[in-house]
Amino acid sequence: MSTSTLRRNRKSTPSIDGTRASLAWLTVPALVFFLAFAIVPLGGVVVLSFMHWDGIGAISWAGFANWAAILTDPLTGYSLWTTVKVILLSCAVQIPISLLLGVFTAGFQRYRAALSVLFFIPILLSSAAVALTFTALLDPNFGLSGALPIAALKQDWLGNPDLALFVVVFVLSWQHIPFHTLVYQGGVRQIPKSLYEAAGIDGANVVQQFFAITVPQLKYTFITSTTLMVVGTLTYFDLIFVLTGGGPGHATSVLPLFMYLEGFRANDMGGASVLGVILAVFGLGLALIIQRLGGKNRQASQLEGA
Amino acid sequence: MLSPLTTKLTRRRFAAVAMAAAIGATMAGCGSGGPTQAKGAEATMWSLTTGDQPVIKAAVDRWNKDNPDRKITVEFFASDAMKAKIRTAVGSGQPPTLIFNWAGGGLKSYVNANAVEDLSALAKDKPQVTDRYLPSVLQNGVVNGKTYALPMSKVNPASIYYNKDLLEKAGIQPPKTWDELMAAVPKLKAQGVAPFALGGQSKWPELIWLEYLVDRQGGSAVWDRIQKGEPGAWSDPAVIDALTKIQQLVDAGGFQEGFASTASTSGSELALLYTGKAAMSLQLASQYQSIKQGAPAFISEGKLGYTPFPTISGGKGDPSYIVGTPATFFSLATAATDAQKQTAKDFLVSGLYSEAYTEGIIGTGAVPPLKGMEQKINSAPDSNFLNYTYDLSQKASTFQLSWDQALDPSLADTLLTHVGQVFLKQETPQQFVDAMNAAGSK
Repeated sequence: MSTSTLRRNRKSTPSIDGTRASLAWLTVPALVFFLAFAIVPLGGVVVLSFMHWDGIGAISWAGFANWAAILTDPLTGYSLWTTVKVILLSCAVQIPISLLLGVFTAGFQRYRAALSVLFFIPILLSSAAVALTFTALLDPNFGLSGALPIAALKQDWLGNPDLALFVVVFVLSWQHIPFHTLVYQGGVRQIPKSLYEAAGIDGANVVQQFFAITVPQLKYTFITSTTLMVVGTLTYFDLIFVLTGGGPGHATSVLPLFMYLEGFRANDMGGASVLGVILAVFGLGLALIIQRLGGKNRQASQLEGA
Repeated sequence: MLSPLTTKLTRRRFAAVAMAAAIGATMAGCGSGGPTQAKGAEATMWSLTTGDQPVIKAAVDRWNKDNPDRKITVEFFASDAMKAKIRTAVGSGQPPTLIFNWAGGGLKSYVNANAVEDLSALAKDKPQVTDRYLPSVLQNGVVNGKTYALPMSKVNPASIYYNKDLLEKAGIQPPKTWDELMAAVPKLKAQGVAPFALGGQSKWPELIWLEYLVDRQGGSAVWDRIQKGEPGAWSDPAVIDALTKIQQLVDAGGFQEGFASTASTSGSELALLYTGKAAMSLQLASQYQSIKQGAPAFISEGKLGYTPFPTISGGKGDPSYIVGTPATFFSLATAATDAQKQTAKDFLVSGLYSEAYTEGIIGTGAVPPLKGMEQKINSAPDSNFLNYTYDLSQKASTFQLSWDQALDPSLADTLLTHVGQVFLKQETPQQFVDAMNAAGSK
């Protein structure tokens, strides 16, 4: 992809390496922002995780009390597991659909362009609006089931603990697939035509071309999109909050939502900070794992012979 | 190949993404911070988007017209949003001049944090202010013997609201005892309607059931012990009995299908009642205001009935006990400037419960928490309901503030979660009691 190409160039042209030191100061503004808005708050969260604070009163030292309370709370493990389930289910649903839609919309035919515009509408909607709309649609008494005489629709979609999580994943996917479709679309359009022409001459059909050229060429697009998908799942808070509030029971209580409830409903900022640290470490770990999945020879060109 | 330096950088960037994500989520609840900073003597006020909103808006408009040099800016929030936002604003030292609250545990935590002004001096200087309120309601704003909050809205006790047509069709009377209520369930189900509409996603409507059942069964001493934080106070047999009755009602199909995903805020709980899908609903008096706005014909055609929560045979509770919100309150922020405080105090004295304000509240279908309202109520179009509510509130042996507001906020959230699980039958009564005892001893 563009970044890897850039890096390859950087490595192969020593003059850029030479000027790197003198241009290092250019990173200062970004670093200042990063320090002020990422590292300092994160440090604050770590400090706060060792404090008792109800949000308005005096802050007092708690030692490891918050950590002990959160780590022994069965809800922490449960929320973490729910988060993992949402990540896995989201990826399982979103990756194939985004990939196929991305390939489809990458074509330049006019009907595909028209359909792309329709597919991208969910990106334009705010999470709260999406959640409110689906809440109304899925209302067991006044929603879809009331409007259409189809027995299968007569479910308590958001109130049944066995169904709610799947419904949440569905709505999340509905909202986020267009974005990942866009990422894949860009990836597909970067694949040189010559690869397909060569394969065509060799007699490969469309399906063979898809698996032999498109999918391997999209490796880095896949990594980018999946990283965003996985790390994004750790911030899916607004939509689930409006849709189910973490319920019924704790069926859809993902870690970020649990953290919010702990901090702003139960007014235990110390406990919420512990969860924040867990969330940060968890997200960091996931991002690194996906990076590793990219393999060691990330710099090996995929465009050899193109 | 990639140089070690760039590998490190890339990893760091991903680390940054992850950290930023986590921090973003941490701070998501903070919102946009405090209210817009007002200048000089201009005060700020936050209130709720309830049926009283137009009355409060009109009062502020009147005030601003009469006091162009010290205006008040008012913003309205939905109840859940208010709970989170106002606490963050108070905690960050940027509260509105007039802090909206429900008294109870929330007010206590403000007092402990020295975030709200002692209004006792105002109460002494202007006795006409404190004298106007029903004493039982005013009492809620008193913490450690000092007045920290003044009522600003209406009395809001919970009762059973019912659809007269549906009850008549099923051949039943509004239930006066728990046995009658349980007997009504199969008859209403046979008519193809849900016996009770319940906003289970909001959880606090479920809590009303528990509050009434515990008091009807065990009397108000049970809650007094719980509120004092006595160890094991939740283990009272009345609590177990109440939770068991709730689960029996759930088992009998007492609530509409999908009650766990019905939210009170979306209005669908109430709509079930007036669209004839559910026969009854245990809800606050403010629901009358909402019906008056949402389905005025349902009231004007005389289809809406209301009755106090049924008694339990052999129960120790006083049948005049009611639970709900005695009123919502305004407190004065210590963080405000003296000029702002003066503006806010003057508004509390003359802006609230002026003739127009009081009549405005009555006009929305609610009763102000004031003495001597009989005459005003009797001449109002909703006099039947208003008299019922006023009577209920005045004659109550106890007007209990809803437990989720009375308790310390940290415990309140735990309580609501566990009540939700009892209704979902994910928890037995004993598990609920054990969990609440454990949470209370923290």
